[in-house]
Amino acid sequence: MKTALAVIVAAALLPLIAGEYYVNLASQIVIFAVFAASINLLLGYGGLPTLGHAAYLGVAAYLSALLYLKLHLAHWAIAPLALAGTTLMAGVFGLIALRATGLGFLMLTLALSQVLWGTAYRWVSMTDGDNGLRGLARPAPFGLNLNEAMPFYYFVLAVGVLAVWMMARFVASPFGATLRGTRDQPRRMSALGYDVWLIRWITFVYAGFWGAVSGLLFVYYHKYIHPVSLSLANSAEGLLAVIAGGSGTLAGPLVGAAIVLLLKNWVSAYIERWNMLLGFVFVFIVVFMPEGVVPGVRRLWRRYASRA
Amino acid sequence: MNSLSLGGLLFLLAAGFSLIFGLMRIANLTHGSLFMLGAYVGVTTMRYVPSLAVAALAAGLSVALFGGLLERFILRKISNNVLSQVLVTLGVSFIIADACLLTWGGDPIPIPTPELLQKPVRLAGFIFPAYRLAVVVIAVVVAIGLYLLMDRTRLGAMIRAGVDDPEMARAAGIPVSRLFTTVFCLGAALAGAGGVIAGPINSAYPGLDADMLPLALIVVILGGVGSLLGAFVGAFITGFVYTFGVALLPDLAYVILFLPMILVIAFRPRGLFGKFAA
Amino acid sequence: MAALRIQGLKKAFGGLPAINDVSLEVAAGERRLIIGPNGAGKTTLFNLLTGDLPRDAGSIALFDEEVSRFSTSRRCHRGLARTYQIITLFPQDTLEHNVALSLLGLSRERWSMFGRLPARFYADARAVLAQVGLEAVAHRPIAEVAYGEKRRVEIAMALAQKPRVLLLDEPLAGLSREERGKVKAVIGAIPRETTVVMIEHDMDTALDMADRITVLHYGRVIVEGTRSEVVADPKTREVYLGH
Repeated sequence: MKTALAVIVAAALLPLIAGEYYVNLASQIVIFAVFAASINLLLGYGGLPTLGHAAYLGVAAYLSALLYLKLHLAHWAIAPLALAGTTLMAGVFGLIALRATGLGFLMLTLALSQVLWGTAYRWVSMTDGDNGLRGLARPAPFGLNLNEAMPFYYFVLAVGVLAVWMMARFVASPFGATLRGTRDQPRRMSALGYDVWLIRWITFVYAGFWGAVSGLLFVYYHKYIHPVSLSLANSAEGLLAVIAGGSGTLAGPLVGAAIVLLLKNWVSAYIERWNMLLGFVFVFIVVFMPEGVVPGVRRLWRRYASRA
Repeated sequence: MNSLSLGGLLFLLAAGFSLIFGLMRIANLTHGSLFMLGAYVGVTTMRYVPSLAVAALAAGLSVALFGGLLERFILRKISNNVLSQVLVTLGVSFIIADACLLTWGGDPIPIPTPELLQKPVRLAGFIFPAYRLAVVVIAVVVAIGLYLLMDRTRLGAMIRAGVDDPEMARAAGIPVSRLFTTVFCLGAALAGAGGVIAGPINSAYPGLDADMLPLALIVVILGGVGSLLGAFVGAFITGFVYTFGVALLPDLAYVILFLPMILVIAFRPRGLFGKFAA
Repeated sequence: MAALRIQGLKKAFGGLPAINDVSLEVAAGERRLIIGPNGAGKTTLFNLLTGDLPRDAGSIALFDEEVSRFSTSRRCHRGLARTYQIITLFPQDTLEHNVALSLLGLSRERWSMFGRLPARFYADARAVLAQVGLEAVAHRPIAEVAYGEKRRVEIAMALAQKPRVLLLDEPLAGLSREERGKVKAVIGAIPRETTVVMIEHDMDTALDMADRITVLHYGRVIVEGTRSEVVADPKTREVYLGH
């Protein structure tokens, strides 16, 4: 709890010491952290590996963009509509994906999100295909101008802290305990009187909701949306953040998100092919440090130190 | 005819995936990029030997080799953790995709249709493009070949035993590790050769892997895991639905694509002919 | 009214009949022992009763209520509880958390997404653990306690739900003599409000705990009756000597 407060305070102080570039980077990290944390609700706490979470980020972003561009609605109307629409979609997808568990679930989530990705490219009349949708605007809650880096950062930070706090409450609640139970011993939980399918479906929808929130923040930040945001690569980056930071805790994905984004930013200055590096990092972490970078590095260091 | 040839291609793609998943319980997300890699290898081969058949053979072999190395040295290390294996195949698919981009550039490279099959063919009063007909024939031949392999050979018997009950198979003395590598190579070979065979229709282009992978998934989910018949039927249903979807509602073809999969999953989670629920 | 009535229960795997037309009736408060050699179908029978396995044919009634179409969790809410042959506890969690989860399963609180698990669940869990003599280690994670203690936790989890019918799947398996004594005492202390059906494949150990005994072989009921009737019946000896 104390570390959390310290981090929030440090984060709040960032714009006072760092320049615009870093403040923008920090905004991106917070948005990505919310995305990763929502994936972890399913993967780490539910034991449901999902490869299609970019679907919720992307659909929320597209809904927001389309409602703005085509219907010219105001932001205070768009946000709840986009969130509601995406969460509804999560409900339907959950009905389909949860017909299976484990690998079957993974393949279904992947197939579903890939279909959305393909549709975003082909439904040119709606989404303008490969051009993406541009000309979007950031919201102005209570008349605040969020077009500068610093005010936007505080907005994103506030939403991010709220999101993570709510997810933390969820995980610590009795429902969270039952979710963890279904991850560890689903058959036992059934025999104890729990409706395992319903528990998973509710979690799936909740995770989709927070994915949608990250999608709104994403489209506000970039003021632009492109089908690549719905891609498998995007879901994979989120997954990488969770695995890199460690799926066992709430903080893991947040740390992982920072690591992955910082890596991506630092690397793309030197290497053009980020995807290949992403692939190598994936393979490396999964094979050598499956429990996450922080515990993994600690373990390898201990082994190295004891041999020296 | 387009739907049939698409079905044939999807079968070549999905058969390998279904085999690997059925036997090794690995959702091989590299499969799309192996298909693409095969197509590119075929492109390069054809620059030296202008024969599609040779290119397909070369692609099949080289991709099989790659797959074998992948399975033997990486996947086997983490064979205890199913999720890890999936994530590794995902990572490798990114590596292959970017490597292809680096090696062959970002423009689509067409693969020429073989001379013999360039003219249209008359059959039962209809005119068909000869190559597309050839693809269907090839798919059927491969299907029969795989069926014979599964049903009549010792290797096939071992594979079937492994799919039905891996523990039992190990206990019965079947060399499971070698079998796994063999099957992975076979699956990879099918994907690689498939990429070349699809070449005259698809070309080789970056993103081919991302286009193919969801199709493979849909076919396998629809047809059922570990079943050759499932892959065959699933492939042709998917090809049929996709082609007609594209004709009717081009914007939403992708959505129409996954309708049969959803319907089947809703009523039979193990797919049409699956051995077990995925 | 019988606590548990099974009629014409059938289950086959592939072509192999695992449960082949089993019918039996357990009276309320009875202690029934089901024995039979390995492969006789005892655990399969339990899995069919709890709903972990779907039946091919037959009916299962709990206090005259037909439950064969109910899901596993619904059957639990109707008062059916079971322990498992293989330990299926939550290893990283403490003993009291494990039992608390069991108590939570029947409570509305399990759907609450805010706040924390109320302290009374842990207090009640400790009380149940005291019943099986484990309150001293209530704060330890499952992974750290001995096998015999884990077996007692299994029973505690089932008892916590105050079931009407309790299925014990080989509760004495793999236990030392001392531990076996402790577990037998726990089972003996179960109040008569709970009907107990127990599986054991070693007849001698569990004989004195049972009112009536059912002998299963190749998925069929071979012999059924009181202790003395079953022991005297030549078919019983055949089943055990024959294998």
